[in-house]
Amino acid sequence: MASISLVINGKKISKDVSDNTLLSDFLRDNLSLTGTHVGCDTSQCGACVIHLNGSSVKSCTALVVDCNGSEITTIEGLANNGKMHPLQEAFKKHHGLQCGFCTPGMVMSAADLLQKNKNPSEHEIRDWLEGNICRCTGYQGIVEAVKDAASKM
Amino acid sequence: MTSLIGSKIERKEDKRFLTGKGRYTADINLVNQAYAYFVRSPHARAKITKVDNSKAMKAPGVIDIFTGDCITKDKIGGLIAGWKIVSQDGKDMKVPPHPALAKDSVNYVGDQIAVVVAETLEQAKNAAELVSVSYKVKKAVVKTSDAMNSEAIHEGIDQNLCFDWLLGDKGKTDEALSKADKIVKIDLVNNRLIPNAMEPRASIGDYNSSSEQLTLYTTNQNPHLTRLVMSAFNAVHPEHKFRVVAPDVGGGFGSKIYPYAEDVVIAYASKKIERPVKWVAERSESFLSDCHGRDHISHAEIGLTNDGKMTALKVETIANLGSYASLFATVTPTYLYGPLILGLYDIPVASCNVKAVFTNTAPVDAYRGAGRPEATFLIERIVTEAAKSIGMDQAEFRKKNFISKFPHQQCLVHNIDSGDYSAHLNKALEISDYKNFENRRAQSAKKGKLRGIGFSSYIEACGIAPSAVVMSIGAGVGLWESAEVRFNATGNVSVFTGAHSHGQGHETTFAQIVGDKLGVPMENIDIIHGDTDKGPFGMGTYGSRSLAVGGTAIAKACDKIVEKGKKVSAHMLEGKPEDIDFKNGEFILKNSNKKKTIGEIAFACYLPGQYGEVKSPLPPGVEPGLKETAFYDPINFSFPAGTHICEVEVDQETGETKVEKYTAVDDFGTIINPMIVEGQVYGGLAQGIGQALYENGQYDDSGQLTTASYMDYTMPRADNFPRFKLEYTTTPATSNPLGAKGCGEAGAIASPPAVMNAVIDAIGTDVSMPATAEKVWKALKENSSKKVAA
Repeated sequence: MASISLVINGKKISKDVSDNTLLSDFLRDNLSLTGTHVGCDTSQCGACVIHLNGSSVKSCTALVVDCNGSEITTIEGLANNGKMHPLQEAFKKHHGLQCGFCTPGMVMSAADLLQKNKNPSEHEIRDWLEGNICRCTGYQGIVEAVKDAASKM
Repeated sequence: MTSLIGSKIERKEDKRFLTGKGRYTADINLVNQAYAYFVRSPHARAKITKVDNSKAMKAPGVIDIFTGDCITKDKIGGLIAGWKIVSQDGKDMKVPPHPALAKDSVNYVGDQIAVVVAETLEQAKNAAELVSVSYKVKKAVVKTSDAMNSEAIHEGIDQNLCFDWLLGDKGKTDEALSKADKIVKIDLVNNRLIPNAMEPRASIGDYNSSSEQLTLYTTNQNPHLTRLVMSAFNAVHPEHKFRVVAPDVGGGFGSKIYPYAEDVVIAYASKKIERPVKWVAERSESFLSDCHGRDHISHAEIGLTNDGKMTALKVETIANLGSYASLFATVTPTYLYGPLILGLYDIPVASCNVKAVFTNTAPVDAYRGAGRPEATFLIERIVTEAAKSIGMDQAEFRKKNFISKFPHQQCLVHNIDSGDYSAHLNKALEISDYKNFENRRAQSAKKGKLRGIGFSSYIEACGIAPSAVVMSIGAGVGLWESAEVRFNATGNVSVFTGAHSHGQGHETTFAQIVGDKLGVPMENIDIIHGDTDKGPFGMGTYGSRSLAVGGTAIAKACDKIVEKGKKVSAHMLEGKPEDIDFKNGEFILKNSNKKKTIGEIAFACYLPGQYGEVKSPLPPGVEPGLKETAFYDPINFSFPAGTHICEVEVDQETGETKVEKYTAVDDFGTIINPMIVEGQVYGGLAQGIGQALYENGQYDDSGQLTTASYMDYTMPRADNFPRFKLEYTTTPATSNPLGAKGCGEAGAIASPPAVMNAVIDAIGTDVSMPATAEKVWKALKENSSKKVAA
């Protein structure tokens, strides 16, 4: 067990956790932040992507104890005072989601792309999102959404 | 008021998914919940000689362990094959018992043997390691092609043959083939796929020993049917005390239409320990134990006249059912496959023989398209080879053989009500710029790349399943749909549907129908599904049925609401019901300025009845309340159709294939929400292109699944696709009042042959699905005639 403290979606959290607790399980089971999903066991699907100190990370591959002192944003914390992030709006407008399971990871991953590249090309978007699997949309609505959001940010 | 039907409207369900507030089964945690972990077979085929859980029972946190012996003792029934097929010799299909926990033998890697229930998941997993199972390992039967010549897996099922089914007249087909000017033959493999809905399966059983009520939360496309099967066949719990909830479900694609062994066992375990029990599959468990899809090998022969008319088609298919016959497994390669081998062509005589075999692999069941992708791949591959064999243009050959007059009775089963096949082909030719293809091929050649073009004109039978049609060819039941439209006194509307949305956007599409029908704003309409305690019995979502069947049931319930509203408003407006017009949410008395809104009528329906001085607004004899139910059994299938044209570029140095252009022109009849329809097509295309180029469920000779993770099974990703171009033509269905034909499976049905025809056109030699870089490179090496100099 270890005592950790971190800032999640702007709130300070202090907890005792066991050494082998994954960040994804910690968010889901200890904090009920179930928007972060787990879709595989090999860090391939990307449904669990969150932001760790501002960068996208697959939370199923991080141990919570290693995140001590860091700042984390999950899908629940992306909207600002109830106003959806431009990416969330764009995903809605361009039908960038269907069943919604990959969506939190997809949006968090795309949000990191737009932090790093303000105006990505279609090729750059598709290349960046290679680590997020969606089985429903064929990715076309997602790519449209990311482009549109970039133009509005 | 502008019509909601036909409008691009953003989805009502999106906000919760986009803000992390979706509620999937794995997100649910109940007070006092225990955790389950399954012990699964590491062998493809073995006799179980002993299961010893004595060590495991003593492990920390273990509450109980259940095995095949336990469920046998408690008379829990096995899993069922839902559709009886009769072989051509008149005998019923042969189906082995499929216990929810294996007792005497295991028949595929991943077969469930025991479940450990513990206080934490970690404790359950650790204890599962201590369950000692002794096996006598036998030689596994793995390959589809070997099954009939191998030792019988199941006692009493010779040749591992479930059934030997024949559709059509084989004698007349052979005769017509013998008279043909030319016969074209083809051998095809339809590769095994693993559905891979992004949400892994999960179940939570919650037994309340006080009320004796059992609730099962589960990842399912079909909660009412799941409850029925688990009550009637698995004997888990009586139906009236059993609630099945399928909350937000993260994709299904057919793999979640029926209860799995884990659902049965988790519900049972919860009853046994009188506590909630939760199980969530790991992805590797999904790969091993979710039902797989496709897995056919086929031989087909088609007869031609010298001028390019098809005269006869003969098909012989071996369909791999895997280790057991899953619930929809036997209907998929028969009723959903055989009738569709004719495609959208006028072929006067045909026969289709399907031999379904058991192997020591995961059970195979419906996967997006279910039977229709296999039929379409077959007909569109052989049609392409037929046109080539007589040197005819692919488009011209198709047009010459298309059905052109409707309704058209095909020689096998289907009576096709409407369509215009040349219209979608012509539109696809135009959008894909077919006439300049050879220029593009030459441009690619300059870069050292091989370019090819592939056509796929398809038809599907959707709106599953009209009783009259499926029962005429031997099915025991049809599949209707239900709806209840409940007007609340304050004027908003709760709509209950037996369909289930797991990505399809029903909360929006169905609200558009209700909004138009009743003149109520969409924000005042709630579509409720996925809970057997709420709505009437329904048949769930698969087979592109939700709109054509479920949407129609909703529309019919709305019609009944309007009928009642006419009676009530006539009474209130002092006219006759036949003199009331209903438009845009208002009941208007003809030739007057008197009217009532539907909200006023709804309120009036909930006012008290007549008593003394209190005057009821309801006419005498009319019951209070405003709630109507409709059950709809369609009169026929609906027949979406279309033409897809694919262009690929193959890198001759690496064998890598890239889809460069993809054009889809589809006829889905009436479209309610074009944005949602586009999304369905895009998603289907990704799965179909995935089948053609990347995905393959592969077992080694010992029956180990060698593609059991995302490291090994190639899921299509964002950088695998070009921008798809979609267009529509429209001929409304006549089999349902909405005119809807269904759109959920078209992309996955049409695209595999479009892609493969393009790849084969590019490299000039046959290659099987998936056309991976390795296979294409090898095929090119063996046939260098197509190579171009860079």
